[in-house]
Amino acid sequence: MSASAVHSLWTMAADPVDKIGAPKIEYGQLSPTLIVIGAAVVGVLIEAFVPRKSRYYIQLFVSVVALAAAFAAVVGLAARGFGTTKAQIAAMGAIAVDGPALFLQGTILLAGLVAVFTFAERRLDPVAHGNRVDSFVAQAGSVPGSEGEQAATKAGFTTTEVFPLALFAIGGMLVFPAANDLLTLFIALEVFSLPLYLLCALARRKRLMSQEAAVKYFLLGAFASAFTLFGIALLYGYAGSVSYATIANVVEGNVTTVDPALADTMGNDALLLIGVAMVVMGLLFKVGAVPFHMWTPDVYQGAPTPVTGFMAAATKVAAFGALLRLLYVVLPGLRWDWRPVMWGIAIITMLGGAIVAITQTDIKRLLAYSSIAHAGFILAGVIATTPDGVSSVLFYLAAYSFVTIGAFAVVTLVRDAGGEATHLSKWAGLGRRSPLVAAVFAVFLLAFAGIPLTSGFTGKFAVFKAAAEGGAGALVVVGVLSSAIAAFFYVRVIVLMFFSEPKADGPTVAVPSPLTMTAIGVGVAVTLVLGVAPQYFLDLAGQAGVFVR
Amino acid sequence: MENLIALLVAAPLLGAAVLLCGGRALDRAGHWLGTLLAAASFVIAVVLFTDMLGKGAEERTLSQHLFSWIPVEGFQADVAFQLDQLSMTFVLLISGVGTLIHVYSIGYMEHDERRRRFFGYLNLFLAAMLLLVLADNYLLLYVGWEGVGLASYLLIGFWQHKPSAATAAKKAFLVNRVGDVGLSIAIMLMFTTFGTFAFGPVLEATGQTSEGKLTAIGLMLLLAACGKSAQVPLQSWLGDAMEGPTPVSALIHAATMVTAGVYLIVRSGAIFNGAPDAQLVVTIVGAVTLLFGAIVGCAKDDIKKALAGSTMSQIGYMILAAGLGPIGYVFAIMHLVTHGFFKAGLFLGAGSVMHGMNDEVDMRKYGGLRKYMPVTFVTFGLGYLAIIGFPGLSGFFSKDKIIEAAFAKGGTEGWLLGSVALLGAAITAYYMTRVMIMTFFGDKRWQPDADGHAPHPHESPKSMTIPMIVLAFGSVFAGGFFSIGDRFMHWLEPVTRHDHGNSPLSAATVTGATMVVLVIGVALAYVQYGRRPVPVTAPRGSLLTRAARRDLLQDDFNHVVLVRGGEHLTRSLVYVDHSLVDGVVNGTAASMGGLSGRLRKLQNGYARSYAVSMFGGAAVLIAATLLMRAV
Repeated sequence: MSASAVHSLWTMAADPVDKIGAPKIEYGQLSPTLIVIGAAVVGVLIEAFVPRKSRYYIQLFVSVVALAAAFAAVVGLAARGFGTTKAQIAAMGAIAVDGPALFLQGTILLAGLVAVFTFAERRLDPVAHGNRVDSFVAQAGSVPGSEGEQAATKAGFTTTEVFPLALFAIGGMLVFPAANDLLTLFIALEVFSLPLYLLCALARRKRLMSQEAAVKYFLLGAFASAFTLFGIALLYGYAGSVSYATIANVVEGNVTTVDPALADTMGNDALLLIGVAMVVMGLLFKVGAVPFHMWTPDVYQGAPTPVTGFMAAATKVAAFGALLRLLYVVLPGLRWDWRPVMWGIAIITMLGGAIVAITQTDIKRLLAYSSIAHAGFILAGVIATTPDGVSSVLFYLAAYSFVTIGAFAVVTLVRDAGGEATHLSKWAGLGRRSPLVAAVFAVFLLAFAGIPLTSGFTGKFAVFKAAAEGGAGALVVVGVLSSAIAAFFYVRVIVLMFFSEPKADGPTVAVPSPLTMTAIGVGVAVTLVLGVAPQYFLDLAGQAGVFVR
Repeated sequence: MENLIALLVAAPLLGAAVLLCGGRALDRAGHWLGTLLAAASFVIAVVLFTDMLGKGAEERTLSQHLFSWIPVEGFQADVAFQLDQLSMTFVLLISGVGTLIHVYSIGYMEHDERRRRFFGYLNLFLAAMLLLVLADNYLLLYVGWEGVGLASYLLIGFWQHKPSAATAAKKAFLVNRVGDVGLSIAIMLMFTTFGTFAFGPVLEATGQTSEGKLTAIGLMLLLAACGKSAQVPLQSWLGDAMEGPTPVSALIHAATMVTAGVYLIVRSGAIFNGAPDAQLVVTIVGAVTLLFGAIVGCAKDDIKKALAGSTMSQIGYMILAAGLGPIGYVFAIMHLVTHGFFKAGLFLGAGSVMHGMNDEVDMRKYGGLRKYMPVTFVTFGLGYLAIIGFPGLSGFFSKDKIIEAAFAKGGTEGWLLGSVALLGAAITAYYMTRVMIMTFFGDKRWQPDADGHAPHPHESPKSMTIPMIVLAFGSVFAGGFFSIGDRFMHWLEPVTRHDHGNSPLSAATVTGATMVVLVIGVALAYVQYGRRPVPVTAPRGSLLTRAARRDLLQDDFNHVVLVRGGEHLTRSLVYVDHSLVDGVVNGTAASMGGLSGRLRKLQNGYARSYAVSMFGGAAVLIAATLLMRAV
């Protein structure tokens, strides 16, 4: 190409041939996300300009206020009918504002708020050099065990960046289940994944393990993202668009215009099927479904426990939200293709998670495998492909996230000289020494196991009911069997806590600040309320179960 | 007026709650509170009764709906009460006799340090029993049914420090469970048959229901009645239940609770009327029990156990009458009420005797007490005359009517049942005369107790004698009052209906026959016990006597058939459980553990292996998706 031709291209581009209009953005409807992302940016500025001593308090304040305000915005939107009658697509077709989106955003925001409380906990570790410390390393850049690390600790450094990082992650998660085109989906995926990789690396204790977890998570996450991105490309080739609505139209055979550049590939089902499989794989990676689950135990174990709780709860909510929207909005016409495959995934996820959990000896790894099994249960609801399926999944996610955060918050309390005592043998007899903490943890375990009068039972019942009514009876049978297997290792922990003799050199239970107490208290309250009187919330999820297209 | 019904139950229930939760602070006044609330219940009952008398016979039923208990579509259970003439009769009996026994217990339990708790249990019993007779549906009746079972258990075992009392309580509880299962099955059958458990709809719908279903329900109800009313084959607990304090024996195990089975059958009359086979079984059970109890009563030397045998026998009469259908319902209830008076009086008298005799219960160690305990002697004596059916006293009217009704059943059945009832009357006269003579007449055979204290019999305090006097009035006059002008029959007829039947014998003939057997029974007892000295140690006796002393081998029978059989069954089940069930379970668990251990090794910690797993997974996912389309 000659230089003049290049020049003419430049000038042509500069010529205002077609005036590109400014995009129309419904700021009000996007306010939850905007508030959180805005607060995250403010958090970065605080890191830059506010003196080190007061950063912690200001960051905590900004985070809590932003999350609460964003939650209020979600409630406001829902109250004005955006969840039901006025559901619509905002931001030029990029983001859906509808029932499932608002319900999941509300869940993510509340879970995020509770998680931020556990992030800010500073009373569990002993005071180091006169400074109160939290679960995060003094200075992320210091080499583990080096003099630099000690100096940073001595100087009272704290990684207050965790707050803006968490806010960024939450911002991405808010967009993820609401994304209405594949590119927004991908961007949101990266926006919440990258801060999580970083957060995983920031543990104060066992830093090498934490860093290893972060690297593994990053590598495998990047690998999965690549699949997703490639799948998106294939779907674009198939439909000539990344918009959910357009792809859905093409899948159903309602093609109106064919882009001449894509004439060769449009409507090619091979592209569609391979593309769908790859995008779905990326989402299954995030929810931790077998066989894309292998990062889960290592990362859950290595990451700072508050981050683990946050990740286990909020990531799952966001990723299942995105998966639901993809399967229900884009691919309902294709459900006879994806349903059998998802059946298989759900079965091996339920059984795999439950079976491998039996032989775990570390409480965090145990909970990781438990989360895998739960991903399988939720998948059973996803497969129902009925409105009841959607609402049961929504309810399950809300119930599960608070149990999870609460359970991991309890894990942060049980400590010995090396930090958290996560080996199960150290939990022996905990019920004799600290009956209250053990009882609370038992409540969470019973909820995980799905025992009646806890939220776990209600959620599981709703999901299995929807699956059975959706024609997936066999899946329910496998689900119940897996629950039976899973009940074994949950109850084993309870037996260990209450019916074993305490060890002489056993761990102590730290007395937390009101922050962690709130997190645990909210967890218990939600678990019991959703277990004893779930009707209001079931109705709420039922109303929120319809996607806009 | 109907709003008062709930208060009938609420007053004693409040008493139970306060007394049982109140703690030691109430020790000094607790018995007064309990008595007051029982009396309050009785006063309310009287108010309701007067109101009821002011209305026409068919408009007397009151109902009160408190709240929906289980409001599920197609399964509606309400907490609602129904007060008709039948319930009213029971309410007056329960709260009236109940109040008297509360008063009696004040004196009787004076030296017991757990007296407050005792009154709490008594109040609990009253509340449950009133709930039972006031419920307007079978499910709520079941609540009361279980409630009286619980109260009975607690009261029999009240002196829990005695192993015999604890065992007796357990025995009563277990035997009653068998009956309760019958009631729960009956309720389930009703629900599947009629779709409801409310008395009104169920009893109205019996006309359109097959006889087979009604028979099944009826037999299950009979099983329930057998448990609660100590009828053969579930009679074994009543004798042992005498381990409880004597007021308990009087209130629960003579006057009220044990009659719940009669109430159940009469209340469910419409069901039994449609199921003649079930009715026949009811009459057989009644007839067998009335002989069984009477024979046992002849051989017992323990005064309370002799009276317990008598209770069993008298309830046998009631069940027999209830099984006769509309011919007998009214007389069953009438005998129930008169029996409530004289049997409670007899038990209180027995308690009074024990009170004066260092808690000795063996009649062979009594004798000649009439001079020392005149009030007890007179009241007990009137109760005695009433129960044997001495002309003019309560038992004469009610029992006579039952015997008449049994003959009126007609056919061979009628002759058989009538003869059994007549024979029972003879035996009743015999064993009651025996009790009377051994206790109040003859030589003093008093023995010092285990601590060497010789008994100094004395009359009991006023709080004990006054209830006995009141009950004695009932024993004397109730039957005549009810029978003159058929008052009781007209009162109850709107609820139970009445049918005169065709008696092959005239009323006068039956009465005459009854008088003859009465005289024979009394004479025999007099010859055996009045003319000859009573040995302090029981003679060996005939085979029948020895069997009767052991309750006609009821416990041996239960042990051999039920306990041994049950042991064999459980042993074989345990074997199956260990070898087969546990084998499968443990095998599954072990294989799961092994599988888990093996799968765990896949998680080797290397990111590269994880990536391979993901890659492989993605490949399979894509291939499977494509394959689905190909298929």
